[in-house]
Amino acid sequence: MAETEMIKTVMGERPALQNDAIEVNNLRVAFGAKEILKDVSFTVRRGEILVLMGLSGTGKSTTLRSIAGLLKPSGGEVKVNGRSIPDLSQKELEVLRRRIGFCFQHGALFDSMTIGDNVAFGLREHTDLPEEEIQRVVAEKLSIVDLEGMEHMYPSQLSGGMQKRASFARTIATDPDIVLYDEPTTGLDPIISRVINELILDLQKRLKATSLVITHDLKGAYLIATKIIMLHQGLPVFYGTPQEFQTTDDPYVVQFREGEMEGPIRV
Amino acid sequence: MAGFFEGIGRFVLSALEYIGGSVRLCTESLSFILRGKLRVGLTISQMSFLGVNSLLIVLMTTTFAGMVIALQLAHVAVQYGVGKMVGGSASLAMCRELGPMLTAIVVAGRAGSAITAEIGSMKVTEQIDALKMLAVSPVGYLVVPRVLAMLFMVPILTLFSDISGLIGGSIVANESAGIPYQVFWDSVRRMTLTEDLMKGLLKSVIFGLEVSIISCFQGLRTGRGAAGVGKATTGSVVISMVVIFITNYILSLFLFTV
Repeated sequence: MAETEMIKTVMGERPALQNDAIEVNNLRVAFGAKEILKDVSFTVRRGEILVLMGLSGTGKSTTLRSIAGLLKPSGGEVKVNGRSIPDLSQKELEVLRRRIGFCFQHGALFDSMTIGDNVAFGLREHTDLPEEEIQRVVAEKLSIVDLEGMEHMYPSQLSGGMQKRASFARTIATDPDIVLYDEPTTGLDPIISRVINELILDLQKRLKATSLVITHDLKGAYLIATKIIMLHQGLPVFYGTPQEFQTTDDPYVVQFREGEMEGPIRV
Repeated sequence: MAGFFEGIGRFVLSALEYIGGSVRLCTESLSFILRGKLRVGLTISQMSFLGVNSLLIVLMTTTFAGMVIALQLAHVAVQYGVGKMVGGSASLAMCRELGPMLTAIVVAGRAGSAITAEIGSMKVTEQIDALKMLAVSPVGYLVVPRVLAMLFMVPILTLFSDISGLIGGSIVANESAGIPYQVFWDSVRRMTLTEDLMKGLLKSVIFGLEVSIISCFQGLRTGRGAAGVGKATTGSVVISMVVIFITNYILSLFLFTV
């Protein structure tokens, strides 16, 4: 029997993810009579970065939230590391979530805590690391998002972009090997956006992290994506490599890529 | 006509859904408590915020309630020659009914609304989802400390209410109807049984549980935006008060008449 590959993280050693890290089959999500996702299927293999693209309201965040177990799908299958998310008990979901990071679109920092406590939260909850070590990790993560020395500030004292970076630091503090990013670079300047994209790549290299990234930043997507999927009205209209995305003559992709007003996508 | 019955049907369904949801939250919270999964630091800070900070307003409310009872009772009692019973009557009213109920209403207005607003704003800014994604149960982290704080602090506040109401009552009985303090307090001692006090405190424990669960539940089901938080907060106070009045009647029926 092959020996299970182990990954070393700040949370301790854990077995590597299985090859099909995220599997989504015929996913449907409806809120009342409104169908947000109609039939979405894709697989993200271990160590891949899948970029989700599409207009606002096409179901990108809904897809991410279904994978994270924050939404119950109306139909279809969502598996993470081989486990069917809707069928997991609360306890099992919590155990699985210790290796999943979720970077929220608007940060979702705990506003009653300092930035340092926000970043340290997962470490304090799920590890026995001494406080000095936690402080070292917090300082390191804040420094890579260019927020060194901001540990004692509260989220309300930071700008929107800084909050987003602090949220990114909180997401990666526990070395997750599945990371779901909801527009991690929207609203950030091009240099910090590049830093964030490099950090996504770094997690991929260091922990063989599997990532799903929602972004509207084409340049960033071409840099990090292993595959790109484009959704339109709850259905996938493109799935392929960044090179294919750049060269395809699919009318949906061409209109989106070129930012045209005219085309099959009605705005 | 069909629309009317449809409306009633929808109301009954949503009421049942609400009751089911809050009972589920209550069961989940009590299961955390029974398994000893407690966050002591958070519970103590909630005890301070929900309990200690409510003390002044609770004392003010119940002192005046005790004063008005004495004002109404004292003159009539003296007229009919039963002035010696004013203290005891006021005491029974305070310990059995007014102390627990007024305290719970003040706590629902002051602390319950704050709980809903805080949890509600965490909900609309995705902080509750962030807790879940950091593998921390919002029930264990947010609800249980508040429920525990209420379970401890509402009875303590009720005890203070009973005492402050009687002090207010004794002053008014003395000043307006000339009933001596000695007579008032002798009557309190003679007519009030420990059982009356304990049953009143039992009521307050139940009110504390109800207010905390309703406030947290309202916060967790907050709709979108600032308007959603406002609506949830108002709903929290209104529902808490209605539930307190209904429960109070049922509890009085079983505790003091059976």
